[in-house]
Amino acid sequence: MVENRRYRNLLAYLILTIGIVIVAFPVYLAIMASTFDASTIINGNMPLVPGDQAADNYYRTLFIGGSASREPVGMMMFNSFVMAMGIAVGKILISVLSAFAVVYFRFPLRMTAFWIIFITLMLPVEVRIYPTYKIVADLGLLDTYTGLILPLIASATGTLLFRQFFMTIPDELLEASKIDGAGAFRFFKDTLIPLSITTIAALFVIQFIYGWNQYLWPLLITTQSSMQTIVIGIKKMITTQDALTEWNIAMTTAVLAMVPPVLVVIFMQRLFVKGLVETEK
Amino acid sequence: MAGVTLDTVRKVYTGNVEAVKGVSLGIEDGSFCVLVGPSGCGKSTLLRMIAGLETISGGTVKIGDRVVNQVEPADRDIAMVFQNYALYPHMSVYDNMAYGLKNRGTPKDEIAKRVNEAARILAIEPFLARKPRALSGGQRQRVAMGRAIVRKPQVFLFDEPLSNLDAKLRVQMRVEIKRLQRTLGVTSIYVTHDQVEAMTLSDKLVVMSGGQIEQVGTPSEVYRRPETRFVATFIGSPPMNILPGQVEGPGRVSVGGQSVAVTDMREGLTPGSAIEVGLRPEDVQAGAAGSSALTMNVDFVEELGATQLFHGKVAGSEFVVQASTGQIPADTRQLPLSIDPANVHLFDPQTTKRLGRT
Repeated sequence: MVENRRYRNLLAYLILTIGIVIVAFPVYLAIMASTFDASTIINGNMPLVPGDQAADNYYRTLFIGGSASREPVGMMMFNSFVMAMGIAVGKILISVLSAFAVVYFRFPLRMTAFWIIFITLMLPVEVRIYPTYKIVADLGLLDTYTGLILPLIASATGTLLFRQFFMTIPDELLEASKIDGAGAFRFFKDTLIPLSITTIAALFVIQFIYGWNQYLWPLLITTQSSMQTIVIGIKKMITTQDALTEWNIAMTTAVLAMVPPVLVVIFMQRLFVKGLVETEK
Repeated sequence: MAGVTLDTVRKVYTGNVEAVKGVSLGIEDGSFCVLVGPSGCGKSTLLRMIAGLETISGGTVKIGDRVVNQVEPADRDIAMVFQNYALYPHMSVYDNMAYGLKNRGTPKDEIAKRVNEAARILAIEPFLARKPRALSGGQRQRVAMGRAIVRKPQVFLFDEPLSNLDAKLRVQMRVEIKRLQRTLGVTSIYVTHDQVEAMTLSDKLVVMSGGQIEQVGTPSEVYRRPETRFVATFIGSPPMNILPGQVEGPGRVSVGGQSVAVTDMREGLTPGSAIEVGLRPEDVQAGAAGSSALTMNVDFVEELGATQLFHGKVAGSEFVVQASTGQIPADTRQLPLSIDPANVHLFDPQTTKRLGRT
């Protein structure tokens, strides 16, 4: 077995490398494409080494926008960021509070409330899109951040996650803090939240990326170009009718669209690990 | 400081399960009271009612002169040590101890003074900056006690605090708890199922069973003069032997046809009526010298080092005799027993109450 190990490792590395190349090559291609001018890409034989148009492309994409008088992508990124942040933070707030209520308080119809929340799992945005659109439109929330964020906050995933976590926290901790003079809110703030940091970080990453990648909902409720998100921006750049697609700008936008989720994952991963090491139930 | 008074305290859970059935008990200021009983006897429920963690279904709980039935746990002026310590995992040892004081709005320098003092008493000063997970079981136990001490409460409540420790540490912590309670002089109520802890710690021993108090007394009273058959078999290790017998006359019962003299026997019992005869394994002497003689058929011997336990049957019932090692040859098959009349306990087979002198 010992002499075989070397070849096994080699094989494992080979498979992993192939996998990485398959995943990473399109990304690499997009990054390369964002460093050339439009004509080089349109030619069809784009070099695989960086070109010299990077600064120009990124500057133009971020602050000016495409030639067909579109909004600057910097604006779209800001919109996407507000939406993703709003969804992630809002969802964490709502689900941590509702899980707290369901687990630690005895009130009439508690389990009914929990099951109603649970059932919403079966109703993703796409299923309830018409009634949701109607309500948002009637409330006058079209083309607003509130309209972008609010309907996507309401869902059960976070509540379930926190509920499961809270159930693993021993009752004695609650009782000890009762005796230590901490009321419900203090227990929540001083004990429950610090213990939930890992869960919160995990949910934040998932929800931020979920919000950032939203396509259908923003497409429906944003009509002004100043409210566009970056995902919609990319789509619009590619499907132009009366002009050539500016692939260099589209690819630059795509690269820019990848940056915030990647940053969130990298930053939160450290918190994950820290949380995993430090927390003890 | 204050005592604790319970007056017909009841706990009824939903579904009409009565966990505590009208317990009345007075615990004097500064004394160490141990509630002992098998699991499910209501001792923990009773403690949690005193702490305010369970609502009280009936009766009153008084701490000092104040009825606390409706008082929040934090305002009862108590401190509690839990079985699994219940330390806040994300706080340092210092913060764990300081948390209750902080919530009360105690000034910072006063908190520091009290925490440092408690840490000194408990010898946990080197660990103040650590998180609980970096501590051993015994150290966590000390932190849990420190958290109780810094509050300077009227009453300490202990809910089986030593059951998560290994045997050696348990003995050591038991001694420390006792010493600490003596030093601080705070009224303490301690729940355990371990009769050794119960005997060694308590000033006042309360034996519970089935949601009721079986007997209250000093450890030696409870050991010497158990009021019910339950107490007799629960306190003492190995447990008391119970043999069926008959009343012969004043001061005499018969067991398996043998007459046994009894000092502590109620007057006016009908001769010939059934009675239960209790004998502690350590009170029975081997050898035929005594006035009352029984014979045991030995089945096997357990070696405990300093002592040996002889297991067998007397008059058809299981019987255990404890003897110093070497006193009886280990291959003995027929063991004559002599019994001091003062060491015989009599119980009513129906009510299981003691039939001693009134």
